[in-house]
Amino acid sequence: MNSDKITKGVLQSVSFIILLLAGGMFYSLVEGSIPAFREFGPGFIVSGEWNPRSGEEEYGALPFIAGTLITSVLALIISLPLSFSASLFLGEYYRGTRMAKILGSMVDLLAGIPSIVYGLWGFYVLRPFLIELGVPNQGFGVFTAGIILAIMIIPFATSLSTEIISMVPVELKEAAYSLGATRSEVAFNVIVPSARSGIIAGYILAFGRALGETMAVTMLIGNANIIPNGLFSTGNTMASLIANQFGEAGGLKLSALIAIGLLLFVITGIINAMGKFIIKKMD
Amino acid sequence: MKTKNWVIIILAVLVFSSCQNSSKKEGTTKSGESDISLTGAGATFPMPYYNMVFNQYTENTGAEVTYGGIGSGGGIRSLTDRVVDFGATDAYLEDEQLAEMPAEVVHIPTVIGAVVIAYNLPNVEGLKLSDDLLEKIFMGEITRWNHPEIQNNNPDLSLPDLAINVIYRSDGSGTTHIFSDYMAKISPRWEKEVGAGKALQWPVGMGAKGNPGVAGTIKQTEGSIGYIGSEYAFAQKIQSASVQNSSGKYILPSTESVSAAAKGNIPDDTRVMLTNSDDPDAYPISGFTWIIIYKEQNYNSRTREQALGTVELLSWLVSDEAQGMAEKVHYSPLADATVEKAKAILQSVTWEGESLLNISETNEQ
Repeated sequence: MNSDKITKGVLQSVSFIILLLAGGMFYSLVEGSIPAFREFGPGFIVSGEWNPRSGEEEYGALPFIAGTLITSVLALIISLPLSFSASLFLGEYYRGTRMAKILGSMVDLLAGIPSIVYGLWGFYVLRPFLIELGVPNQGFGVFTAGIILAIMIIPFATSLSTEIISMVPVELKEAAYSLGATRSEVAFNVIVPSARSGIIAGYILAFGRALGETMAVTMLIGNANIIPNGLFSTGNTMASLIANQFGEAGGLKLSALIAIGLLLFVITGIINAMGKFIIKKMD
Repeated sequence: MKTKNWVIIILAVLVFSSCQNSSKKEGTTKSGESDISLTGAGATFPMPYYNMVFNQYTENTGAEVTYGGIGSGGGIRSLTDRVVDFGATDAYLEDEQLAEMPAEVVHIPTVIGAVVIAYNLPNVEGLKLSDDLLEKIFMGEITRWNHPEIQNNNPDLSLPDLAINVIYRSDGSGTTHIFSDYMAKISPRWEKEVGAGKALQWPVGMGAKGNPGVAGTIKQTEGSIGYIGSEYAFAQKIQSASVQNSSGKYILPSTESVSAAAKGNIPDDTRVMLTNSDDPDAYPISGFTWIIIYKEQNYNSRTREQALGTVELLSWLVSDEAQGMAEKVHYSPLADATVEKAKAILQSVTWEGESLLNISETNEQ
């Protein structure tokens, strides 16, 4: 009886530590970003200016918010057909076969590759290839970063969707077959609708991951602190900017970087909340 | 099979730990004079040099020196927070920054480095760039390599019809600071529109992270041009352009031409940018890197030994032995006049008002 209490107590306090950590992180981000928001006001979020010159310092987050959202949305669009097909293939058509096992572990393997390795591959293989195709700016820019991000998030979208698709009740499918539906009709009219909340959850998870990705993006986006003015334009993302600049930053600039960190935190939070909301509504 | 693996792992651990033990013993028997451990943090630019000389110092005296390359900004912050014995920075602290420090801080120059202009043009060697060309290329005004102005400046070279691709540092960096300080000195337009600093609002081009990032991108991309820290460029034998100095001579960066930049007069507190030096043999994009410490060393709960150790390390850093090692890792040693000034500064560092170097000398006698 006592051991029950102890277990409960331990679990409770350990969980509380996690809460404390998240809260503390949020608090220090807010505290660190106060000087920047005091100096530039809420206009910080929509200002496109990033001028670190001392005496004329002016910082705005818009170029990086834009860069982050554009690369992540691009990644989502590019990865969508790939991961959707893969999850249908793995979770329905070839469920339980050897082929699916091999492919499934390959997809999982993609998730385990460190970001820097994707960056290297993008820098030395993908970029020269894109230059051949005529992509301007020596192959650097939001487009290239989007492609790399797309490959990186495929496993996140795929594994969850596969799981959900393979969990669709057999009775449901058999009912559809007995009504004379073809396999593709079953896939698209029965399986996908009944698994859609899980599929969407997978894509939101993947999108969240793309938002925060740093190293591979830094190596490919061109790191120009401007609002991207086209698909092939160079740019920068929030995470990449912070990684690049925090070492030598101080004073107002450091505060501006922390404020961008806070914004990234908030944006990721909003995306997650939106995901949960969508899932709830669909169920 | 499983037990065999375990045996191997245990053996490996034993061998490893016994190695560590023996090396520790060796260290203490060789030099057991000092068990001080000093910590510093800051600039990454002089890191190869610091790693080498600090190791040598540990061998000489037994004092452990730990250095973290976290960037100049981080070094200044660490010293402000008093979590290190010394900070290191590539840009000296401006008067306002000095005023913001919790106590008086002094600069000790440790070594000279430079920034080279690296480029990637197939079969083009010995590119010469005038001040005017540097301005126009990095401002994005000249955009092709076979532009008549570049061709006229390099009549012997056959320049390709390629787009110029400017690469800069995406991370804040002392290298960018030295480069942009030089650009601001030679070009009023640059001074007005871009200015000098560790990070800039670039008119043209794209960023890559760190010296390796810039060097890698240049190497990968025909037609690109950028600037790289000399310690990295020399070690990697990266092709670089000669640059026009204040006497109008075209100078290739080398440890000698970089050293020449510091031959002239420098102020007593050594806070000066060496760019665009008056010396006719000087490579113009050169600069000091400094270690910064508090002038009064009795703060927090530091011991007198710790303070003595700090000053002794720094005075050894500007000695012939340490300076002589600079060229091995592609830095240029300080000129004698600079060393004298550094020693005078160290003389002024105190423990409760008494010069630490004097204390150290009486201890030795």
